[in-house]
Amino acid sequence: MSRTTTLQLAGLEPLNVTPESNFINIGERTNVTGSRRFARLIREGQYDEALAIAREQVEGGAQILDVNMDEGLIDGVEAMRTFLNLIASEPDIARIPIMIDSSDFAIIEAGLQVLQGKGVVNSISLKAGEAEFLQQARTIRRYGAAVVVMAFDEEGQADSYERRIAICERAYRLLVDQIHFPPNDIIFDPNVFPVATGMAEHRRNALDFIEATAWIRAHLPGAHVSGGVSNVSFSFRGHPVVREAMHSAFLYHAIRAGMDLGIVNPTLLGVYDDLPADLLERVEDVLLDRRDDASERLLAWADEHGSEGAASQTGRAQAAWKELPWRERLQHALIQGLTECVEEDAEAARQALGSPLAVIEGPLMDGMNEVGDRFGAGKMFLPQVVKSARVMKQAVAYLTPFLEAEKAKGRPAATVVLATVKGDVHDIGKNIVGVVLGCNGYRVVDLGVMVPKHDILDAAEREGADVIGLSGLITPSLEEMAEVVEAMAERGMSQPLLIGGATTSRVHTAVKLAPRAPSVDVVHVNDASRAVPVVAKLVSDTQRLGFLAELKADQEKVRAQYARDREAKSLLPLEVARERGGIAGESAPAPAHPGVHVFERVDVAELRQLIDWGPFFRAWGLAGAFPRILDDEVVGEEARKVLVDAEALLDQWEAEATIRPCAIAGLFAARRVGPESVAVGPQGVQFEFLRQQLPQRDGVQRSLADFVAADDHIGCFATAVHGVEAWAQAAADDGDDYASILAKAVGDRIAEALAEWLHREVRVRLWGYAPDEACSVEELIRERYRGIRPAPGYPACPDHEDKRAIWELLDVETRLGIRLTETLAMTPAAAVSGYYFAPQEARYFAVGLVGADQLEDYAQRRGMAHEQARKALSMNLHLA
Amino acid sequence: MSHERFLLNPSACATEPNIDRNGMNSLSERTHTLHEAAAERVLILDGAMGTMIQRHRLSEEDFRGRLFAVHERPLKGNNDVLCLTRPEVVKGIHAEYLAAGADLVETNTFSATRIAQADYGLEDWAFRINEAAARIAREAADEAEARTGVPRFVAGALGPTNKTASLSPDVNRPGFRAITFTELVAAYREQADGLMAGGADALLVETIFDTLNAKAALFAIEEAFDARGERLPILISGTITDASGRTLSGQTTEAFLISLQHVPAFSIGLNCALGAEQLTPFLEVMAREAPCRVSAYPNAGLPNELGEYDQGPDAMAEAVRPFLEQGWLNILGGCCGTTPDHIAALARVAAEYAPRPLPANAPAS
Repeated sequence: MSRTTTLQLAGLEPLNVTPESNFINIGERTNVTGSRRFARLIREGQYDEALAIAREQVEGGAQILDVNMDEGLIDGVEAMRTFLNLIASEPDIARIPIMIDSSDFAIIEAGLQVLQGKGVVNSISLKAGEAEFLQQARTIRRYGAAVVVMAFDEEGQADSYERRIAICERAYRLLVDQIHFPPNDIIFDPNVFPVATGMAEHRRNALDFIEATAWIRAHLPGAHVSGGVSNVSFSFRGHPVVREAMHSAFLYHAIRAGMDLGIVNPTLLGVYDDLPADLLERVEDVLLDRRDDASERLLAWADEHGSEGAASQTGRAQAAWKELPWRERLQHALIQGLTECVEEDAEAARQALGSPLAVIEGPLMDGMNEVGDRFGAGKMFLPQVVKSARVMKQAVAYLTPFLEAEKAKGRPAATVVLATVKGDVHDIGKNIVGVVLGCNGYRVVDLGVMVPKHDILDAAEREGADVIGLSGLITPSLEEMAEVVEAMAERGMSQPLLIGGATTSRVHTAVKLAPRAPSVDVVHVNDASRAVPVVAKLVSDTQRLGFLAELKADQEKVRAQYARDREAKSLLPLEVARERGGIAGESAPAPAHPGVHVFERVDVAELRQLIDWGPFFRAWGLAGAFPRILDDEVVGEEARKVLVDAEALLDQWEAEATIRPCAIAGLFAARRVGPESVAVGPQGVQFEFLRQQLPQRDGVQRSLADFVAADDHIGCFATAVHGVEAWAQAAADDGDDYASILAKAVGDRIAEALAEWLHREVRVRLWGYAPDEACSVEELIRERYRGIRPAPGYPACPDHEDKRAIWELLDVETRLGIRLTETLAMTPAAAVSGYYFAPQEARYFAVGLVGADQLEDYAQRRGMAHEQARKALSMNLHLA
Repeated sequence: MSHERFLLNPSACATEPNIDRNGMNSLSERTHTLHEAAAERVLILDGAMGTMIQRHRLSEEDFRGRLFAVHERPLKGNNDVLCLTRPEVVKGIHAEYLAAGADLVETNTFSATRIAQADYGLEDWAFRINEAAARIAREAADEAEARTGVPRFVAGALGPTNKTASLSPDVNRPGFRAITFTELVAAYREQADGLMAGGADALLVETIFDTLNAKAALFAIEEAFDARGERLPILISGTITDASGRTLSGQTTEAFLISLQHVPAFSIGLNCALGAEQLTPFLEVMAREAPCRVSAYPNAGLPNELGEYDQGPDAMAEAVRPFLEQGWLNILGGCCGTTPDHIAALARVAAEYAPRPLPANAPAS
């Protein structure tokens, strides 16, 4: 098809008007000047019924919908905007292009501003001169619409063949030559005027139109022709049979002349070939001005036949679905988003099932489930789902009084707290879930976006939430959700937690969220329409347990499958991972002071400068970055209080002999003796590391061992704060649990600060590879220095086992009195231990999942029993 | 380099498509260079900005910088504000993409409208963010151009905002809209002005999920062009959200194309939401119907169960190869999950194929 002659329009779907196209029907009933009923509905604000008229037009075959709000009692701008917005929410209607019909350009512009597709403006003309005509055309072009140009100029409407073609040609030349309006986006309306009016000057009205049409199509390339067909039969109002025949015959001839669009009521149109021969002959005599007495003869025919035959084809598209039984009707209404009979059908269902709740949980839920399935399968799209929710809402609204009447056994309205998690601002999906739930009678408390986890949980507790819903679109939100799960467990909250949002999934929920807290039921809800049935089950006394049992079983299955998939597909074989390992760079410089260095006591006064307070507040369940947390609206006051207490405690501890921060560091020659093995020091102690097997983005499968060259150096350390436990115990014995917890929390901070302090000692002085380093405290906390100090048990080296090697190398227990428990926890608890790697390129990473091959290899290297190794690495294994 | 641009003949309407059909002589030197480059090869657009920013593991304090140290709302996640607070990070990412072979880099302004920035309380910084973003990209592109002698271009990116003009957020009020066309036009105008002030070579209206939002953006761009008396090439890219093959606001690919055909675009295409394979049927429609150049910058596959994109560079390059074999593309790049490695792989495969020929009746842009 040629783009220079095709008129391309679009609603949700395209409409191409090509020379080969059949005539394009423009629906005319949504026009206040042409339909008294529509005008009344708009005046009275009955938009639902007004929309039903639009739907009827589309179902009746309209391919473009003409919307006109030009009436004195109607605020045209507001009505146009509102009605077109409503149409946009009705995918069945919005699929076709809209024709914005007005003589007021303000109304036209209001319409253009709410039209996502390419519509048509109907109309502009030269009535007020060229300047205004061109200005309006430019504006229309900028909004991206085609235009109907009326054959109208400064002198008035064209009422002859000559005037019609003269005005159309002038308008065409102005549009195409002066402002480069695409000719194929121009539609001329050469004025359809009534015939058989009894006045001689009207006899050629139809014929002039038809001939002008032929001229336009022949002489104005690209341009199209349209007209308001029903005008032609104006004289025969009250004689539908005659009018239908006139429309059919007029269309037949006008189309042959080249009219390719027309405003015509598609439900008021006969079939040309089926017209009674005598009627057709008289109609054509009138239209084509074939006889002087043509009008009289047609009038005579009309009188003879009365106004019978009003049985036009109106309503032929009237829904056969209304004949269906109520259950199917409800289903149909939900899927199609039709509200007109929903109350009737809800009532029928209520009587049949005997209970309003049974209607909601039965046929209505079934319908919504179907909607959800179709949405998931791409057979429905969002606006339709929203529309279905509206039907659901009406049905529920209708049933609500009955529900309340059944109060004795009815459920109180459940409360759902919704939030988009911290760091995420996407809320379209969440808002939809909110309204859908709201529609279904739930009390919805929407906390908005970027909501910190504790705010969500506080609100849930405050509002007595029965269900909590989390939403998030971006990947980091997934972790935030996991933290909410954990926080719920910490608070002992047991409400079901709904998870939704584009990056969430059934698998993620089962694998990464649910296991974080077995006490919390975490339910993935993949779209808004599913939220209602899921919440209904979760708050239903009879269905809850069964649903949860099913859910748990399903999640177990998903996890098992996930584990198998991971094992089978995603992990690189250890040998391959090794080939892709990082390459150790140059050996680290030899330490300035090799060997073991002991610090029996480090001043609290010095260490408190290096404290990273963030984790301290997290320990208290206070979310927020330090120091901003102190000004936080929600937790700020609490944070300030606890910080003041911590500082007071540190003041005490500065002078307290029993509080003794101590540290030890050792710097040794080291050799890489295996892909993941490093031999350290003279005694031949070995560190055994792990290697990433999940394929990495940059293609490098890391192991900490990669940071050690064949002939190199490595360090290790331990720090602890003695005396904290006794202090805390004393406080607890005094019945002051707060002081007890505070002491432990501050003790942890000191131990960490000590590790920071010690690492700096090592870099600047003992190893001395960074003698000129001058990091601020903040830079220290952000690790803006060369080298790392990963700790056994943390992601880069998830097994705690190497602590034994560190203890052996440094003789930690004897020298500093820090002990390892049988499970390799350190006592005192305020303690840190780890390795030092000096290379510039050393960085923290997570080993992540490891395969059975590495597990086997690791057990062998360690000389461990398989089962023991498996336990040690349980977090990194996904074997069933 | 010269930033002189063609001054419009005031009698010519900015919105008409046939402008400049008499030839390139009336185009600015930069635009002319872009046309030439597009005529000889498939141009490479850069990859994801967000993915690269995530790699930097920036903290709340990084996002705030000194400028917003005392701002009342959290800024972490507001990638666009980094143009002001951590410009070196943004420039570094541009540089990586340029080094990987990108001909065009997108400014880091996906959410830099007043509307989207309002979530962070930074609406009044919208112009400055855009201006800075374009300047940063300009510097990176100029440096790469100086080093390699290959012309590099800055595409000022205008994202969809977080509001939809043709969908109601409230199911009870289907006639309600959270944003109006006029508000969108004002916000996009400010963004376009900022991007042009910062030296963008072209404007890219992207990740369009509601065509009405895009129409507002394009309306604003035309106004901005009128005000400056110069035009830049306009690139348009829509997003098909799911298996239904429609935009979020419900349009089919062809309807989308038709609804924006009033704009004399340099290119139109699809990005985001889907991986290359899933994009195929919709891109085919684009390639068949688009009157201008065609672009595609898919995600690195579909996100896995954990929301990560794990299609590797080579896999992605192979996935787009059929597009190139069919001669569908003039511009190729990456969206979510893509990295400089992906772009390098795409550049390698694109170099093996000729660009899609421009249709005979294409509008000059």
